[in-house]
Amino acid sequence: MQYLLLIYEREADWNTMSEKDKGAIFQEYMAFTQGIMKSGHHRAGDALQPVSTATTVRVRNGKTVTTDGPFAETREQLGGYYLVEAKDLDEATSIAARIPSARHGSIEIRPVMVYQK
Amino acid sequence: MNIERLYREESGRILATLIRLLGDFDLAEEVVQEAFVAALEQWPAEGIPANPRAWLVSTARHKAVDRLRRRIRFQEKQKELERLVVLEEQMTAPDPPDSTVADDRLRLIFTCCHPALAIEAQIALTLRTLGGLSTEEIARAFLVPVATMAQRLVRAKQKIRTAGIPYQIPPDDLLPERLDGVLRTVYLVFNEGYAATLGDTLVRHELCAEAIRLGRLLCELLPASPEARALLALMLLHDSRRDARLNADGGIVLLEEQDRRRWNRAQIHEGLTLLQEALRTGDASEYALQAAIAGLHARAERAEDTDWRQIAQFYDLLLRIQPSPVVDLNRAVAVAMADGPEHGLRLIDEIEARGELHNYHLLPAARADLLRRLGRWTEAAAAYKHALALVTNAAERRFLERRLAEVEEQGH
Repeated sequence: MQYLLLIYEREADWNTMSEKDKGAIFQEYMAFTQGIMKSGHHRAGDALQPVSTATTVRVRNGKTVTTDGPFAETREQLGGYYLVEAKDLDEATSIAARIPSARHGSIEIRPVMVYQK
Repeated sequence: MNIERLYREESGRILATLIRLLGDFDLAEEVVQEAFVAALEQWPAEGIPANPRAWLVSTARHKAVDRLRRRIRFQEKQKELERLVVLEEQMTAPDPPDSTVADDRLRLIFTCCHPALAIEAQIALTLRTLGGLSTEEIARAFLVPVATMAQRLVRAKQKIRTAGIPYQIPPDDLLPERLDGVLRTVYLVFNEGYAATLGDTLVRHELCAEAIRLGRLLCELLPASPEARALLALMLLHDSRRDARLNADGGIVLLEEQDRRRWNRAQIHEGLTLLQEALRTGDASEYALQAAIAGLHARAERAEDTDWRQIAQFYDLLLRIQPSPVVDLNRAVAVAMADGPEHGLRLIDEIEARGELHNYHLLPAARADLLRRLGRWTEAAAAYKHALALVTNAAERRFLERRLAEVEEQGH
């Protein structure tokens, strides 16, 4: 099965962090990503630019409305994702728990919908 | 043999096996029902098969094959075709070893109590599949509309399927954590039966009985687990007082006023034996300590023989592994009984000053009781009124009203 692992964390925490700490976390992410590539779980993954760069678009009555900012203001913000292949939820959960941000933020695990022909 | 009894005792086991074979909760439930219907039709005339369980599993399997074939005829579904092929292969293959079948119920427990399911869903699913309770029975036990309960079950099964919750016994590294979850679910079922938070009656026996049955099952399936034994001990010890806890009108009889001859001695003996076994092989877990406290009550022949000092010490230990204001409150009561009501009142004031439990009716109720023991009638009455403003269970309400009337009478 494929699972999307959505990484939520407080951007504010990130902004107040020292360069050294940021570097250490970046290294951890590199090691984690390489690990799940080697084990064959990795399908895709990226970090996102901060929510201050987010734009939300809606089409209502044929009219396109574009607004500044994320879809919802939340305590933690979506900061990145991984798409992984795992045999079941337990395996996906153990992968998600190893994402460095799991220690201070939260990882939402969503199974990817499969359309049958 | 009584087919109805067989259903109560065996349906969980048979369902667990069919879920493993079919990988589909709904299909498994349907065909197990059909197999029992077939048994009702055939056994009276043809006689009971030598191995009723094997007969039921095999019949349910055949029903599943029929159903999948029928479905495929209507809509060519790749996934069902694959499942059918696997199932037909299994049927010609030799039977799996007994250990696989024995483990089926354990797989089912761990799946039903998977932490990715909401606790209400875990409880409903466990009672439905392992307990063999109907959706109506579970809805009645938890005082929710049948439609709500049915939907809760549908959603839970849907999540198991779509989120890929595995049908397996957790690997060793996850086992302790998962077992905690299973035990907590079973204990919640017991607690809801033992001290119903809502409704007219205080005790819902069917939930207590079901939780004890599940507790026995866990001990049977996980013989090496001291926590499972401690939990069963705890439930048996509490439940041993069942007949003495309520008077003829369904009113509450407090521990110290209970007729101890009505306690179930056999159950107490079994509980104490299990507790000893649990303590011999394991740490003093949360359940073991609570069982030890219940055991001290059970051993006291008269209320005044209760070893309150030892009970207070057990609560101290319990606070260390499970810090909670409710445990703190229980400890305060034990201290009051050992050292005098004033000491208990001081501890209760401290709990309240920390801002904890301010919506919990048992805090003012405990204070009221200690004030009553001291003959401080006016203050006691005020505390009973406070408790009455918070209580939700009708039997507890009647008890508090009776006490309030008593202290008001004394105060005049």
